[in-house]
Amino acid sequence: MSSLAPDVPANGLPIWDELPPGGVSEDAGSTSRRTMGFWRGGGQRPLIDLNLCVQCLHCWVSCPDACFILEDGQVTCINYDHCKGCGICANECPPMVNAIVLVEERRFG
Amino acid sequence: MTKTQKSKDNLIQNPKSKIQNRKVVILSGNNAVANALRQVDPHVYPGYPITPSTKIMETVAEFIANGKMQCEMVAVESEHSAMSAAVGAAAGGARVASATAANGLAFMWEVLYIASGSHLPIVLAIGNRALSAPINGFADHGESMGSRDAGWIQFYSESVQEAYDNIIQAFRIGEDSRVRLPVMVCLDGFLLTHTSENITMQGDDEVTDFVGPYHAEFSLLDPDKPVSHGLSDPPSYYMEHKMRQQAGMEKAREVIEEVGAEYGKRFGRPYGLVDPYCMDDAETAIIILGSEAGRVKGVVDKMREAGKKVGALRLRTVRPFPDEQIVRQLLGLKAVAIMDRSYAPGAVGAPMFQEVRSALYDYRDSAPPIVNRIYGLGGRELRNADVRNIFAELDALADGDATVPVIQMVGLRGEPAPTWEEMRPLETPIAVAAKRGK
Repeated sequence: MSSLAPDVPANGLPIWDELPPGGVSEDAGSTSRRTMGFWRGGGQRPLIDLNLCVQCLHCWVSCPDACFILEDGQVTCINYDHCKGCGICANECPPMVNAIVLVEERRFG
Repeated sequence: MTKTQKSKDNLIQNPKSKIQNRKVVILSGNNAVANALRQVDPHVYPGYPITPSTKIMETVAEFIANGKMQCEMVAVESEHSAMSAAVGAAAGGARVASATAANGLAFMWEVLYIASGSHLPIVLAIGNRALSAPINGFADHGESMGSRDAGWIQFYSESVQEAYDNIIQAFRIGEDSRVRLPVMVCLDGFLLTHTSENITMQGDDEVTDFVGPYHAEFSLLDPDKPVSHGLSDPPSYYMEHKMRQQAGMEKAREVIEEVGAEYGKRFGRPYGLVDPYCMDDAETAIIILGSEAGRVKGVVDKMREAGKKVGALRLRTVRPFPDEQIVRQLLGLKAVAIMDRSYAPGAVGAPMFQEVRSALYDYRDSAPPIVNRIYGLGGRELRNADVRNIFAELDALADGDATVPVIQMVGLRGEPAPTWEEMRPLETPIAVAAKRGK
């Protein structure tokens, strides 16, 4: 007699031997297609004042989620679809410049 | 035909093996492992020294400093970091090896599972040593037995020669596309790591040729095929990945046999999952792993000279557990003792006893009675007399003597040591049966 284990519907997900081993994803960078900005929740949102910005790129290089968008090597805006509100950018922005401030999310309504 | 004659014949039949490169050298276990690593020359060796396997790292460092290895040694600040660096390097597509022991392996614990779960074929030499406390430093299998469910393939070496051979085969086995799992090669602390032995060292080019180049299937450093490693698995994926790991471990059974046979064909020393000794017509037998198998085989030789039909079965691998091979060897015997150099507090016997007994369950009508003898913890000496006593107990068991203890320590002062059964509260059926037997 074969197994009586009930079938579990695949629902479009790969079965075990179709997956690359070890939890590897061959679709590197797939996270860029998902908006995770809601993780900021009731936290803080960084705002950048481009009039004060000296384009040192400290924010761009230190952002763990690559949220600082460059055009022609210049920071132009922040991608809030991926920003988790960690505040590293505001911390890294040189004190004499202070172009990035963190504002509580609830102030945006 | 003796073993030496056999291997010589094998070499004559295979003129292709470059025997001119072979040499017999006197090496300690650590030195032999380091030389095997020199010949394989992995890309990265992240290491942190710990007795008794310190000399492996030390010798590898010496080889690198002297230009005999191209390997990158990463001196880290702990074993946890050593295994983390190994995982990182292996995910980057590198061939990685390291060595540790006892508390060092215990400190690697978390990352052992990450290495196996990520299918990274890291090779790790273990100089088996008792875990603290009390701090001890001598041989037993406690640490590697504790990690037997960490998803690593595990080899237990009987001799310095086998430790050398196992390291070379470990790369081939772990890196096989059907397996892709990390491999531990265990050698008993001091008994093998610090004991010098005559071994046959293959030529460098022979080993390079046998192991072959390594191509990681998924490398973080391959810009043509970008991948992500170490992702989070939601409940809808985790079990599928565990099944994948299981499939690799099951495939490892045939890969170990294939690689062991090919190794024998090329170099004259074949290996399998188990190593039966005088088992063909044996009536009683001892199952053992590690270096003391040599002692048991010696006692078997002596007893055979006296006409006793005894045998020994050495387990070379513990993961994958060679249940079929064990059952095939044990059916038809009259009594069997499983000797464990580790123990599991509160469990019904030590790890190998539990697993052998479980393997025999489907054959319980024809299986021989089996007992567990726990020996050599923290480097306690096993004497030939202990082994002869166990064979005498097996004779009594074969004759239906119900008073033979099931689970007992060997070599404890003030013998006979209390059995596991006797130490139970008196009202349990097992304890009652044990008392009645006395």
